[in-house]
Amino acid sequence: MAKDIITKIKEANLLGRGGAGFPTWMKWEAVKKQEGQGKKIYVIANGSEGEPEIFKDEYILKNHPQEFIEGIKIALETFANSEAIIYLNHKYFDKYKKNLEKFSEGFPISYFRKTAGYLAGEETGLLNHIEGQRVEPRPKPPYPAEAGLYNLPTLVNNIETYYRIYEIKNDLYAGKAFFSIEGDVKNKGTFEFPENYPIKKILEETGNWPAFDFFVQYGGGAAGTIYLPEELDEPKKGATSIIVFNRQKTDALKLMQRWAEFYSKENCDKCTPCRESSIRILEMTKKNKLDFDKLEKMFFVLEKTSFCPLGKGMAIPYRTLIEKVLKK
Amino acid sequence: MNSFKIHINDKEIDANEGERILDIARREKIHIPSLCHHSDLEPHESCRLCMVEVEGDKNLRASCALLAKPGMKIYTDTPTTQKALKINLALLFSQHEDNCEHCGRVEKCKLHEYAEKYAACGNIHIDRKKKLPKFQFGPSIFLDQSKCINCQNCSDMCSKQTKGGFITLKQAGETFEMFPSEEKNIDCIYCGQCIMHCPVGALSEIESYSEVKKLLKDKTKKVVFQFAPSVRTSLGEEFGMPLGTNVTDKIFAALKKVGAYKIFDTSFAADVTIIEEAAELLEKIAKGDNTTMISSCCPAWVKYAEFYEPELLKYLTTVRSPQIILGGLIKTYWVEKENLDLRDIVSVSIMPCTAKKFEIEREELFVDGKRPIDYVLTVRELAKLLKELNVDLNKIEPDESDKDILANPSGAGEIFGAGGGVLEAALRTVYQKLTGQELENLEFKPLHEFKRTKMAEVTIGGKTLKVVAVSGMENAKKILEEIKADPTKYAYVEIMACPGGCIGGGGQPIPIDDEIRKARAAGLYSTDEKRKVRTSHGNPGIDILYAEFLNDKKNKHKICHTTYEKRKKGEIKKI
Ligand code: SF4
Ligand code: SF4
Repeated sequence: MAKDIITKIKEANLLGRGGAGFPTWMKWEAVKKQEGQGKKIYVIANGSEGEPEIFKDEYILKNHPQEFIEGIKIALETFANSEAIIYLNHKYFDKYKKNLEKFSEGFPISYFRKTAGYLAGEETGLLNHIEGQRVEPRPKPPYPAEAGLYNLPTLVNNIETYYRIYEIKNDLYAGKAFFSIEGDVKNKGTFEFPENYPIKKILEETGNWPAFDFFVQYGGGAAGTIYLPEELDEPKKGATSIIVFNRQKTDALKLMQRWAEFYSKENCDKCTPCRESSIRILEMTKKNKLDFDKLEKMFFVLEKTSFCPLGKGMAIPYRTLIEKVLKK
Repeated sequence: MNSFKIHINDKEIDANEGERILDIARREKIHIPSLCHHSDLEPHESCRLCMVEVEGDKNLRASCALLAKPGMKIYTDTPTTQKALKINLALLFSQHEDNCEHCGRVEKCKLHEYAEKYAACGNIHIDRKKKLPKFQFGPSIFLDQSKCINCQNCSDMCSKQTKGGFITLKQAGETFEMFPSEEKNIDCIYCGQCIMHCPVGALSEIESYSEVKKLLKDKTKKVVFQFAPSVRTSLGEEFGMPLGTNVTDKIFAALKKVGAYKIFDTSFAADVTIIEEAAELLEKIAKGDNTTMISSCCPAWVKYAEFYEPELLKYLTTVRSPQIILGGLIKTYWVEKENLDLRDIVSVSIMPCTAKKFEIEREELFVDGKRPIDYVLTVRELAKLLKELNVDLNKIEPDESDKDILANPSGAGEIFGAGGGVLEAALRTVYQKLTGQELENLEFKPLHEFKRTKMAEVTIGGKTLKVVAVSGMENAKKILEEIKADPTKYAYVEIMACPGGCIGGGGQPIPIDDEIRKARAAGLYSTDEKRKVRTSHGNPGIDILYAEFLNDKKNKHKICHTTYEKRKKGEIKKI
């Protein structure tokens, strides 16, 4: 039975829905290998959703709590001697825990209220937070699958991933994903589309394709990439969040400043490029003076030398905004 | 162990499974810069200066953590690594207060060294930390946030040395900075290990050497010095001498040159400590008391016990540390003998240790209401003092003349400075007292499951005493747990807060690592081997001192013994 579900996930080609897009079956198989050593296995649902303007996990918590919990139960069945923790940001915890409990009662499923910042959404930062350690990403290896929470084998998946696993198990999965749409649009909200659907079609079919000149941030309200209208015909990778900006009405520098505030506050300050660049970019945007040469240098070390994905990805929004919007 | 070949910069190199690229490169003398890497600590991967290219990988990788794999091809010096290094260095440099001329650490500062070497100096941004506060922990430790580069070496080390970690990162607005803990149940033990592992000058001792410098010029004062056992084989490093060089006679000469009135050797008082501890242990054995006796000459360990483990205080020997015993003897026995006026005397000790600055303020150690010691200088401070007064240890002629009995130790007193030395010195005397024979060679076995822990079993008259010496609080904590579970497990336990004992102390020359610790310890042991007198009880000066002074019960009590108490959290000053 266990093998079944992992094979099924593999055949469905499900990629993690937290944004990184790692094949889910690989994580499951890595954890499965740790079974039978008498060790407890932790199954964690990551509901931290800390990136600005993403709320598709909330949509699931609100509208599909039972299916989500079923997904977790599938994991509990798959791994012997396992226990689940649902890790929710404090807002979601306060709002949805009661209702979720209706479905999780009687199972070894507990809830953890996330009080720490954005980095506690990164899977190893999350483990540190639950353990009461300082929230910063852990070196890998060891991967959580081998030595995760309290050094025990740990599966960390996003909320939507569990929801999709429920679908896969029950042969309901049709390769769809939830997209959140925000910004200068008429119909904000969460919509379900095939995972490789082009942004243009999504905006059109939800009645959100703007009549004005605009640009889009895709992949999250801080880490997302900036795209121009003519770039939206192809499917994109990354967190399924679309934010539309009215080009005339958007102050690009202010937008950069908002990101910089977010990053300098939410990063863990562990590594030099991320800690220092986030602060320096904030300084520049506050002073209204961008030094493109210095910026390019910082982008270089961010991408090449940051410790974790947060830092590695930080340059993308700035760089694409500067290239496509600011410099034009 | 599995070994295989890798390539670094196209050179074929043997590597072992589990080895990391930075360590391999260093042993092959291939230079990779790094600020946060320290062989005492797990890689923290925070400074991002040790980035290398790995064939087949588009990102750079941190070599400090990167495990070698068969066939790996590593490039340390490519346009990409060089570009990244310069930018990250510049970013680090601009977070750090730009005030190198006035920094006590500049000669040993790795950031400064790299900035010059890679021409990445010059802040590319304004100094963002200029206005950050500074802190003092008790009388010992100085933390300057404006110089901190967030590497976390100090906090990693501190969490080993304390329970819970006294020095920790805390969010202060948009950034995290290093702060002393405000928790009621976490305190600093003043060991100075944070200083030893700081790659820049953000942590240092609270200095007293300027005061001492002034007093040396004051004609109305007689400044007397003592120096600890471990100082003799480390001070040379500050003057570029080979590791482990014994400079005892040069210390006498140098201090004389800068105006010392008299110079004593703390190792002599270590002999006194041994005589007293041996007596206490023998008395315990005679009484049939099987519980353990724990050494108390390390003030950081004593602070740890008083703050974190007060229920263990009853096992600590009541004997004072050598520094305090000698301080007491100077201000009583010696001053009387020499017919001097106590008011003219300034007593200074040169210590490998920052906790010794705290020890001299403990009121229960005062003698006739006065501090036994007026100033403690670390080895680093002494080096600065000598350099400022233009005394070069390399050039000065050794001077052995005019030594008081309080300046003539046995070999036993000198090995005090190395982890395990106190234990060995004590056993030499205990063995002799119980059997009438000299202990030839003490065989130590490493306690394999524990780091920096040595155990020995000595059979005396059919009775086997199990004794153990441990250094570094991280390791000592494990022994403490054993003692709590069974207080009779060991007859005698030596605990030194600093890894390796005082030769690795918080007041020693920087840098520190196991190779350096080994060389400093080896220097002490080779001196011991050459000595005619290798036991404390065999030191003729000891006989004189006891006959003239310490056989008097009252004198012995006020000079040699003390009490301990549960201690509240020490003072933290914000500046
Ligand atoms: S002196 Fe020792 S206990 Fe105090 S902060 Fe430094 S490492 Fe921690
Ligand atoms: S081991 Fe030595 S140097 Fe370290 S705190 Fe103790 S007495 Fe001081």
